[in-house]
Amino acid sequence: MGRHEFLESVAVADCAVEIEGDDLDDLFATAARALAEVMVDPATVPATVERSLELTAPSLDLLLYDWLSELIYVKDSEQLVFPVVEVHVTGGSPCRLTARLAGGPIDRTTTALRADAKAVTFHQFVLEPRERGWRARVVIDI
Amino acid sequence: MKTLPVGDCVWEIPPGEKPGMRVPARIYASEALLARMDEGVFDQVTNVACLPGIVRAALCMPDGHWGYGFPIGGVAAFRADTGVISPGGIGFDINCGMRVLRTSLTEAEVRPKLAQLVDALFAAVPSGVGSKGFVRLSGDEFDEVMREGARWCVRRGYGWPEDLDATEGGGCLPGADPDQVSQRAVTRGRDQLGTLGSGNHYLEVQVVPPGGIHDPRVAKVFGIEQPGQILVMLHCGSRGFGHQIGTDYLRRFDQVMRGYGIVVRDRELACAPFGSPEGRAYFGAMLAAANSAFANRQLITHRVREVMGRVFGRDPRDLGLGVIYDVCHNTAKLERHTVDGEPLELVVHRKGATRSFGPGAPDVPAAYREVGQPVIIGGSMETGSALLVGTAHAMTETFGSTAHGAGRSMSRTQAKRRVWGEALIKQLGERGIVVRAASKSGVAEEAGFAYKDLGEVVDVVDRLDISRRVVSLVPIGNIKG
Repeated sequence: MGRHEFLESVAVADCAVEIEGDDLDDLFATAARALAEVMVDPATVPATVERSLELTAPSLDLLLYDWLSELIYVKDSEQLVFPVVEVHVTGGSPCRLTARLAGGPIDRTTTALRADAKAVTFHQFVLEPRERGWRARVVIDI
Repeated sequence: MKTLPVGDCVWEIPPGEKPGMRVPARIYASEALLARMDEGVFDQVTNVACLPGIVRAALCMPDGHWGYGFPIGGVAAFRADTGVISPGGIGFDINCGMRVLRTSLTEAEVRPKLAQLVDALFAAVPSGVGSKGFVRLSGDEFDEVMREGARWCVRRGYGWPEDLDATEGGGCLPGADPDQVSQRAVTRGRDQLGTLGSGNHYLEVQVVPPGGIHDPRVAKVFGIEQPGQILVMLHCGSRGFGHQIGTDYLRRFDQVMRGYGIVVRDRELACAPFGSPEGRAYFGAMLAAANSAFANRQLITHRVREVMGRVFGRDPRDLGLGVIYDVCHNTAKLERHTVDGEPLELVVHRKGATRSFGPGAPDVPAAYREVGQPVIIGGSMETGSALLVGTAHAMTETFGSTAHGAGRSMSRTQAKRRVWGEALIKQLGERGIVVRAASKSGVAEEAGFAYKDLGEVVDVVDRLDISRRVVSLVPIGNIKG
């Protein structure tokens, strides 16, 4: 099970997150959960909408960038957030992601709102393998 | 990193301090502010000094703090012929900016209806995650917004013609190119016109406190006559539309810059030559986002007028609800400045920095031409904000730039640990500041203690003569996302 931690001493006006996952699937899913947690209290978004998603990118780190950017895009274009995700990532050329998302609309009467994520930055952006699993650092502009 | 004093409140990091620096880095700060700047500022401003085509120095204003790419408070000018343009030098919230409206109301008149007013403003100006605006636009109409900015709003009845004269660039920057904007950006942002967003964005009812008028002559030119006068200030930008344009082009520049032989020290500084197809495309798209931000602030202005007219039972014109000024603080603009005696066309990036053009400078509205453009520096919801005026010295010292806010001194997570949002709203209420917020945790993140002392920042820019203090303002009502 992946872990994430919000960093206090990096990019103080924004939101820096350190993410660890047992494998790439776990890391990408954990990153999505962390992002949802930045924007809303996930417990206040019942899973009423399901979605499938496929993405490709020339490298794994760009796939992570595109994955989180897509979730931010959907938050604005459809007012949907997806705290529950299952992700499958494969390397290669191109790198590929398939995901099943569960979440729901941002309902201003029931959803506990947090920060409006604007974008994923490349500042200190890293995705790398570790002895066991993978780690990433992502700074989200809010 | 060696940071040398080179003048009163001016510090310089010489080019030898980091491999690849083409010019020095200059930080404008008092000794106390410098000591409290986080390490990111020094690293980031020297990274900027490494970018191709930069002239004179990479600058950081006294409200500088750790951002991404550029530091917040960063200013850098690049030659238009040989330099670059970088989305990381502008920020994702393209043309995030400030607007302030004057009124003829006094605090004594507003206090009895303050809670009603703040509630009505909160209802009329959507804020927070997932909010939508009150205007629904077709694709063609949104194209018009991209090209025309605030002019589109005035043409459609969402503003007064004189609002445009009181907006940087007349509320419409030429050169916006909708063809360079992705459909994703349009889809993401089209329904968000007239919304505040969240984070440090706000809509505030403010009052001129006793002793708050520091320069009565210039204050009078701005339409501020006496302590007790009520003003309305707003802080927001281009919303998801601009954020998506920033995302699209950062991703694109990350891939193409190697083809131009450009290496950057922070990937967020991804850039392209200004004259390249990619550089011109981003500039056109960025200007479209800048115009949408002017439209956003204009639509909110319209809502403010509707609400205040209703609450006070008077025509908004009778309430004197004119725009004092609207300034950008996240942009890149083509400007002419003299560098080492040579007039140059420069792409001036300001990220968390305000234009501060002095008397007689181009694009300063006729009403302000004798005194200089108004400069709006937003503070925290506890400590207040400031109106200043641009100076001739800023034109030669900082490419006509100054600070934009108080500047954060504490992370959002730390701030939330120190105070609960609801407790802070209650405390502020007891001090006479009515707060309505879409996100309670967002209120805690924006607590006054999370920011530097605005007074210190204003003292420094005043001492440096890159803008001059005119009026202090304190909040009595605040709407946050």
